[in-house]
Amino acid sequence: MNDLLFDHLGFLPDPAALTVATLMKILLIMIPLMLGVAYVTYAERKIIGFMQIRKGPNRVGFFGFSLWGLGQPIADGMKLAFKEIIIPTNANLYLFLLAPILAIVPALAAWAVIPFSDVMVLADVNAGLLYVLAMTSLGVYGVIIAGWASNSRYAFLGSMRSAAQIVAYEIAMGFALVGVLMVAGSLNLREIILAQQVPLNLFGFNIITSGWFYIPLFPLFLVYFISGIAETNRAPFDVAEGESEIVAGFHVEYSGMAFALFFLAEYANIIMIATLTAIMFTGGWLSPFDGLLNTEILSVPVLGALLDSGIHWLFLKMVFFIYLFLWFRATFPRYRYDQIMRLGWKVFIPVTIIWLTVECAGILLEIEPWFV
Amino acid sequence: MTFQYGLFMFFAALVVYGAVCVITLRNPVHAVLHLVLTFFASAGLWMLLEAEFLAIILVLVYVGAVMVLFLFVVMMLDINVSETREGFVSYVPVGFLIGLVLLLQIRIVVGSEFFGLDQYPLPVPRPADYSNTAELGYLIYTVYVYPFEIAAVILLVAIIAAISLTMRRRPESRKQMPDKQVKVKADERLKLIKMDAVVSVDKKDQGDDV
Amino acid sequence: MNMSDFALIVPEIFVLTMASVILVIDAFLHSDRREIFYLLALTTLFGAIILTWVNHFDGRALGFNGTFVVDTMADVLKFVIYLVTAAIFVYSRQYLKARDLFKSEFYILGLFAVLGMMILISAHSMLTVYLGLELMSLSLYSMVAFNRNNVLSSEAAMKYFVLGGFASGVLLYGMSLVYGVSGTLDLAGVSEYLAAQQSFSAPILLGMVFIIVALAFKLGAVPFHMWVPDIYHGSSSVVTAFISTSAKLAVFGFSMRLLIEGMGIMQDSWRDILIILSVLSLLIGNIVAIAQTNIKRMLAYSTISHVGFILLGFIAANPEGYSAAMFYTVTYAITGAAAFGIVILLSREGFEADNIDDYKGLNYRNSWYAFLMLLVMFSMAGVPPMVGFYAKLLVLKAVIGQGMYWLAIVAVLLSVVGAFYYLRVIKVMYFDGAEDRNKIIVGSGVHAVLSSNALLALLLGLFPGTLISLCLTAIS
Repeated sequence: MNDLLFDHLGFLPDPAALTVATLMKILLIMIPLMLGVAYVTYAERKIIGFMQIRKGPNRVGFFGFSLWGLGQPIADGMKLAFKEIIIPTNANLYLFLLAPILAIVPALAAWAVIPFSDVMVLADVNAGLLYVLAMTSLGVYGVIIAGWASNSRYAFLGSMRSAAQIVAYEIAMGFALVGVLMVAGSLNLREIILAQQVPLNLFGFNIITSGWFYIPLFPLFLVYFISGIAETNRAPFDVAEGESEIVAGFHVEYSGMAFALFFLAEYANIIMIATLTAIMFTGGWLSPFDGLLNTEILSVPVLGALLDSGIHWLFLKMVFFIYLFLWFRATFPRYRYDQIMRLGWKVFIPVTIIWLTVECAGILLEIEPWFV
Repeated sequence: MTFQYGLFMFFAALVVYGAVCVITLRNPVHAVLHLVLTFFASAGLWMLLEAEFLAIILVLVYVGAVMVLFLFVVMMLDINVSETREGFVSYVPVGFLIGLVLLLQIRIVVGSEFFGLDQYPLPVPRPADYSNTAELGYLIYTVYVYPFEIAAVILLVAIIAAISLTMRRRPESRKQMPDKQVKVKADERLKLIKMDAVVSVDKKDQGDDV
Repeated sequence: MNMSDFALIVPEIFVLTMASVILVIDAFLHSDRREIFYLLALTTLFGAIILTWVNHFDGRALGFNGTFVVDTMADVLKFVIYLVTAAIFVYSRQYLKARDLFKSEFYILGLFAVLGMMILISAHSMLTVYLGLELMSLSLYSMVAFNRNNVLSSEAAMKYFVLGGFASGVLLYGMSLVYGVSGTLDLAGVSEYLAAQQSFSAPILLGMVFIIVALAFKLGAVPFHMWVPDIYHGSSSVVTAFISTSAKLAVFGFSMRLLIEGMGIMQDSWRDILIILSVLSLLIGNIVAIAQTNIKRMLAYSTISHVGFILLGFIAANPEGYSAAMFYTVTYAITGAAAFGIVILLSREGFEADNIDDYKGLNYRNSWYAFLMLLVMFSMAGVPPMVGFYAKLLVLKAVIGQGMYWLAIVAVLLSVVGAFYYLRVIKVMYFDGAEDRNKIIVGSGVHAVLSSNALLALLLGLFPGTLISLCLTAIS
């Protein structure tokens, strides 16, 4: 893809062509992401409505057609964009305005290293996994600073809760990813996916999806995904927002576009966690039939392309994990704060450490599926 | 001036600016945020040295975890800024003098005579697929395994010390014990006593107002 | 690194494992069964004694790419550290129980401090020197703060922590300068680099000065001694005993490794600095000690003066001097443990026997302990049949051997001044009437250990030959 863009920009000098190509690629990620965020909010309302036997948004459409309410997120976005940003008295002006930026920037920056398919990646860096971890760990600044700069007790309480929670779950998350990189033998996200290509061979049969890391690393897979939910402050770990106790948590004083940025960051992070889970544990763009089908089936015009590995499989997996996020929100009641802390420190961290030990033994003794 | 040199100058200036702000700003939260900026810029400098692992770990550990906890504590403190500034002016000349002497000393000792390009030639540029992380890991777990493990023990001691010095058992604090709460039976909570519906009351106890 | 390297560090691995085991056991143990970890801690030390004994061989071996060294000096120092620490652990039980401090963390931190000392003594790279020192110091800081409801001990811990951190920073700066110029962390490598130089460059000299400052701080030599009296006074007597005995042995090992093995070639550069440190320590230590009414402060200043003597051995800058300094440190640790043992023993619930007046008429209350204290004080003063006499004699002989007569004369004169305050304690015990008539309650174990500890000071004084020759082989 790089070369393709680069070739078409041949009329420019090399550094300029590279810059323009990179900018275009960033746009190619950003625009679908923003649309995705908008329609995840729509999906959330529709799905939870369905689960609660309601209709959800169904009025706003396009050109006079209601179209199941598909116009709703656009209308919401327009509304937020034109609302006034109210700055509370005694709020710390610079930090108050900096906080939403600090929330959205890491949420978007992390997408730089995500491989969408074997060739579609903006920056194929060696330490991609570490980069993602570093970027996701920065999102907490937006929350903390928003809470502090608002000069409001509710906001401050929300940000304190959120900070403690995010730091606690980041450790479990990091450990889970250590497990991934041990099996994959690389920090590069592309290579992590490629390492999941080799299926487990049992009695001469290749078992479907058995190369994916969710099988050898099942406890880590669960820990990672649940920690991801906690990390994004989503239900049932949403004490940072806790409408019933502290109104809306850290962003209670925000309105208009500043609030929208927090909103965007939250949903971008949800999509991010879903994508990372798909990449780390369920083979990213790999098709579940990868390596099982012969070339004849794969050469069938449409069906072949669908069954073969490709970006559509990544999207499918992402959608599945995003659906889980929404499903949990509709199902589980909110955890109490000390329960969240206990789950993070006393359950998840020991579980990851124990499983890492198991994995070490597996790799040392060269046992499949840990040793490939 | 190459692009790299410009980047170096940018990050270096940012480090210096951040560091100066850390010690001069009055608001402790602002000071901590500038420390974060300093770490970021240092990570950038390390990135220029092709030490991507160190750079990312600096962001991940210091910025992502340590400084968050720091900020957490600083925000909850109610520091009276004017009090900490008391006597500041009278120390300025002394501090300035000491700083000057130190600066001169540093110039004499770590100048380019001893730490210049002759003693420290430029590192050899590595190909793109060279994994800094793997090399570091290899060294840490083979050549430096003994110091590495000692460092781990030091952290363990720090944890033990912190917990043993700060954790207090508070007998007056109450907490939920789900296991006991679940096991509780009806007769432990409620006692049924058989008694007559009407109790004869002594005239004396009734008081005057009845 | 290969597997045979691990055989060299078996005692270290054992202590670490046991400390971790105690930590885990403690989490599952009910609080009235605390005796178990006390016994386990003692078992650990005895196990370490056995392992070090079994592991000992004549000669010297490097391990882990030269970051670890084991030789006779390391083994002897470790051996004494185990014994002294075990004795202090035995003394500590009653004392800690009376103050509701008898918790596993105390012994765990103690074991980690011992581990740090072992690492420090066996360090052969600036990296391990620093890490060992930090491990030891961090454990000691928290042990000082352990009695957290006591204002004095919290203050002492804070001072110790801040000043200790400062000293570590200075050490690190010095070592980084040396590393920056020589390009190696290995002490043998540094030594080789220095041997190849005609004259020493500014970074090396400044690095050396920084390292000596840190050493002087950790030893408690004047003018870097300000922390010593406050920390000795503020922390509970058990911890003071630990800091002034085991830790001193470790810091001696630290000085030997860094100053002699690493930078021994620069002896002409550092000798003058050490002479100033030594003379000042002797002067301040001995004279200020006279003015003290608190026995822990008095012992603190006496430690400072002893450090002056130990430095004299370094100033001689030959194997004879080093072995004399080692002999001095070892015997000081033994007598110091006995002295603090008696201070701990006389303390009871709600009462610290830390004023010299508390020792009035000890002879009439319990003549045996008064006698033991007499032995210890004589030894510290350097009265002939006791081991302290030989220690001083050896050091002075080494200094005179180098032709530094004036230094020897100054040291002798000042130690005569010093004898005054040791003898005052004896006078108080034997010639004053007892004010405190409380019975002294002592367990039989403590009695036996304390008696043998104090009598060891006499025994080594009567037959010093073995230890002297051991120190000589350790250095050469």
